[in-house]
Amino acid sequence: MQQQAEHIQSAHCENGVVVNLLRDHGLAFMNEPLAFGIGSGLFYIHLPVLKLNNGPAITFRTMPGAIFKRSCRLLEVDYVSRRFSKPAAAEAYLDKLLEQGRRVGCQVGVFNLSYLPVEYRFHFNAHNIVVLGKEQGIYRISDTVMEAPVTLPAPELLKARYAQGLYAPKGHIYYVDAASRREKLDAALLRKAVQRGIKRNVRDMLYIPGAFAGVSGIKYTGKKIERWREQLGLKKAGRYLGHIVRMQEEIGTGGGGFRFLYAAFLEQAADLLQNDQLTLASEDFSRAGDLWRQSAVLMAGVFKGRHTGQERFNEIAALFYEISDIEKQGFQRLAKVKWKEGK
Amino acid sequence: MKKEELPQDASALQGYTRELCYVKDEDGKFVTGLSSGWEVKAQALETAWDEVEEQLEEARALVRMGKRSPLYFFMKKNLMNLSILSSYSGFGRVLVWFHLRPLGCRFLGAKGWARYAEAFNCSVEDLKNHKL
Repeated sequence: MQQQAEHIQSAHCENGVVVNLLRDHGLAFMNEPLAFGIGSGLFYIHLPVLKLNNGPAITFRTMPGAIFKRSCRLLEVDYVSRRFSKPAAAEAYLDKLLEQGRRVGCQVGVFNLSYLPVEYRFHFNAHNIVVLGKEQGIYRISDTVMEAPVTLPAPELLKARYAQGLYAPKGHIYYVDAASRREKLDAALLRKAVQRGIKRNVRDMLYIPGAFAGVSGIKYTGKKIERWREQLGLKKAGRYLGHIVRMQEEIGTGGGGFRFLYAAFLEQAADLLQNDQLTLASEDFSRAGDLWRQSAVLMAGVFKGRHTGQERFNEIAALFYEISDIEKQGFQRLAKVKWKEGK
Repeated sequence: MKKEELPQDASALQGYTRELCYVKDEDGKFVTGLSSGWEVKAQALETAWDEVEEQLEEARALVRMGKRSPLYFFMKKNLMNLSILSSYSGFGRVLVWFHLRPLGCRFLGAKGWARYAEAFNCSVEDLKNHKL
């Protein structure tokens, strides 16, 4: 068995962890876009009324933890996922696994992670890291958004694992079960996993009823933005836009609100399944990603006070409508694909 | 986004890491590239911290006026809100609400202070001899 590299860098933390764990499990072909696509990572939802960190509750991705679970399930890899009510038990369990030479995925809050720049340490609890080993009370950690592996003293990691607030990790760890290891993954299973990943993503983005989720959610946000200037005043509206930009472009998204990542996945899928429709869809999402970035530039103009007129808000909203249409077209293309094999 | 368009602006990541992005090469295929940051994002992050700064200023004023206890300032300084502080300290939300008032924090014993000190990652002395 070939030892896989301990650290890989990825755009999104959870993808990186999935790739790291699965490669170590023997699936050497895994890469980030594949993990993201098979795990149906792309999503959009704007929850009305609810506020997150004094901003609108918007997300561009699925629930934390879902990408790992779905990837494992579709690739028929058994996994174990545990939370602990007692921190001491959580630490002992992790140490036991590390002694067995396993790599362990770990959900942490970023507020207490001292190796990250202070500017990024908000109370955000859905960050994922791979714990590689422990030596003299210091953990070796592969944080997949970083360029190199890092270290963290044991008390600090424990604190990060028991961060509080939304999505509190409660010592959450997950790892693949070594017993389910196979020497080779047959290509048919991978193709099927990719198909099912796409199908689920189509369902998530097109067929969730209501105006808040999926491609219609993007329109909903656009509509809201049009009214923000009047409703909230310029200052608060600017902050809301800043909040959207951070959710959309900040480290961990691969840029353009994960859209480039998904486009990269579709490009690979097109190769794998020999399907031109997927290539076209990949181009749709690539374009959507570019438009997301363009909207971020406009939004920055507002919160930096350069262009703050209502017409600018309308322009941003118009971009959101356009993005919604493009993504809808992309997913409809995917929905119509006739899969040759499997279901 | 094309590879040569990948922004390499200054950001808070400098000295820590560069971030991985998915970009297109000359043949229109996706490849990965490293970016040191993007001006637009840096500005968004800046706005978020401006807001924190502003809230801290407000908190300072409230504590000085005697409308809130020093714990309120420490809560804001640690970017917490009432419910996060409640989870970290182990006090119920109503109690925390009470402790955030000058009257309420007078009822705190040594153990209570210690719990808040742990939640804020500092010592009890820091909490009591605060310099706002």
